[in-house]
Amino acid sequence: MKKFFAAMLALAMLLSLCSFAAAEDAIIIGISGPLTGPYAMYGLGVVNGAQIAIDEINALGGLQFAMVDEDDEGDPEKAVNAYNTMLDQGAAVMVGTVTSGACAAVAAEAYNDRVFMLTPSASSPTVTEGRDNVFQVCFTDPGQGAASAQYIVDHNLATKVAVIYNNGQDYSTGIFQTFEAKAKELGLEIVSIKTFSSDDNADFSVQLADAKENGAELVFLPIYYTPASMVLQQAKNMDYAPIFFGVDGMDGILDIEGFDTTLAEGVYLLTAYSADAQDEKTQNFVAKYQEIYGGVPNQFAADAYDAVYALYEACNAAGVTAEMANQDEGFAEVCELLIPVMPTLTIEGITGTMTWNATGEVDKTPTAVVINNGVYTGVQ
Amino acid sequence: MISFLSHLVNGLSLGSVYAIIALGYSMVYGIAKMLNFAHGDVIMVGGYISFCAALYWGMPPVISVLVAMVVCTVLGVVIERLAYKPLRAASSLAVLITAIGMSYFLQNMAQLIWGANPKSFPSVVSIPSISLFNGQLLISGETIVTVLANIIIMTALTLFTGKTKMGRAMRAVAEDKGAAELMGINVNATISLTFAIGSALAAIAGVLLCSAYPTLMPTTGSMPGIKAFTAAVFGGIGSIPGAFVGGILLGVIEILGKAYVSTELGDAFVFAVLIVVLLVKPTGLLGKKVHEKV
Repeated sequence: MKKFFAAMLALAMLLSLCSFAAAEDAIIIGISGPLTGPYAMYGLGVVNGAQIAIDEINALGGLQFAMVDEDDEGDPEKAVNAYNTMLDQGAAVMVGTVTSGACAAVAAEAYNDRVFMLTPSASSPTVTEGRDNVFQVCFTDPGQGAASAQYIVDHNLATKVAVIYNNGQDYSTGIFQTFEAKAKELGLEIVSIKTFSSDDNADFSVQLADAKENGAELVFLPIYYTPASMVLQQAKNMDYAPIFFGVDGMDGILDIEGFDTTLAEGVYLLTAYSADAQDEKTQNFVAKYQEIYGGVPNQFAADAYDAVYALYEACNAAGVTAEMANQDEGFAEVCELLIPVMPTLTIEGITGTMTWNATGEVDKTPTAVVINNGVYTGVQ
Repeated sequence: MISFLSHLVNGLSLGSVYAIIALGYSMVYGIAKMLNFAHGDVIMVGGYISFCAALYWGMPPVISVLVAMVVCTVLGVVIERLAYKPLRAASSLAVLITAIGMSYFLQNMAQLIWGANPKSFPSVVSIPSISLFNGQLLISGETIVTVLANIIIMTALTLFTGKTKMGRAMRAVAEDKGAAELMGINVNATISLTFAIGSALAAIAGVLLCSAYPTLMPTTGSMPGIKAFTAAVFGGIGSIPGAFVGGILLGVIEILGKAYVSTELGDAFVFAVLIVVLLVKPTGLLGKKVHEKV
């Protein structure tokens, strides 16, 4: 039995060597994100979305990509370990890290090592601040908060608003802070601000009761769709029906299996990507994703898909080749070539038209949609 | 005043969910003297099975609960046989660590089978909510059913351990495994039965937890599981009525703490209760003090 195991292990080692050999003529992309645990849906979305883009690009026959991925459980310390492992495996660029906290920790290392990073989903400004090698594909949190407040005022949706946000999360807190600042500037009255501390949290009765008592006509939810679905359910249970307004984290709520979509009727959200969009690119992506992985791709998958295409364009524009990337410490040369190219690119992706500034922040326009009869309907 | 009452009702609804999980926890601890940290994850499995039964196989809610109970019972017995039985003679720390390992195993297994994306659980409760004070105070159907389920399970368990032969065997095993064996009680079978009952209760708890808070993910059971453990310690671990009282009180404390102090400290209140109980009255509210004979 022991001999059998030894033989199996030897075989496994041999196989892993083979897979590296196969990737020799490709640029290896490293992705670390939460692949298990409560945030697994985000990490898996990114890995799957990126894989679809890599397969499409490889089929074109030009520049070839390969991917190595590591599970970091969204933890900064594990993310740094994952980053080092991926460098050892020959990764030349990082399409990651998925979560903001972990990404900031990895970005600090990558800045010193000179490794190029294009994160699909880490939206906190702390990720790119002061680091020339880090670029984002998703909206920055401040952008979304200000845009939401502006939208609510411009369209006279409400005069009294309540906010429920997750103050244990950079994403949610970041959006809230700029929303609050912008609301103040525009004279939008925030009558109730209530927090919760983890997306595992199930009970929102206290937060909703406070909003209701203070007469909020609109509840702003800068949170992910999982807790948001609970908020909607519990608001209905207590007969409270304000306008609910979400941001890109709310996208995906209609695709939760078993979710009663009538709960989301009339919910507004600002988002750059919607799986229901009618353009050819999005439909192709969604169809492929459903065929290979099952389920509707969330915005993380879409951002990762766009990130790989952005990287592809950047490599082509900068003249980065697989030989260059695969030489010893080749990542540093790749990094220096890609940095000046990024701000010159314009990418038409499934999450909108993107350009970058030198700090690494993306510029793309969020559009507002409202949920009518269980589908997104565009509004001006 | 109305808002205080409505917070109380919300606390009751949260607490009744903790209580029903704590009943299973406490029952297994009381008999087998081990903390089954995988209990919360058996709850999650129960939720998923009932979800699949109702949504994929089109079964009516009550049948889906029964299917979940059967699957969880088998799962509980298998877990006990594979993971805990070989460690019967080992230190309690080894068993505790195995239970934590089992908890992670179940979570990752669930992720493999059902995926990481959350599912929304359709409530199995069709009782309408009760409206008081012109609709200012609502008691949801889920809360009513959960409290009733608690009372029924509590009574049934008390009768079972008090009146039946198997129940008496359980109490004997709880008191002294060695002596029970000498009296002709099959200790292993008794502990297996305990796990079977505990896991069937977990399935019911899972369905009621997901009916009240409809998000179903591989990690759904872990936080409520830990809070229910706190509730069980609060009420006196091993005591069946204690688990009920502890669960309800803990839910009320959590909601009132969130309402009148700070929403982000909700979890902190729960665990502060655990610390205070362990410092002041380690046996819990209704726990028995056991004198060690030297």
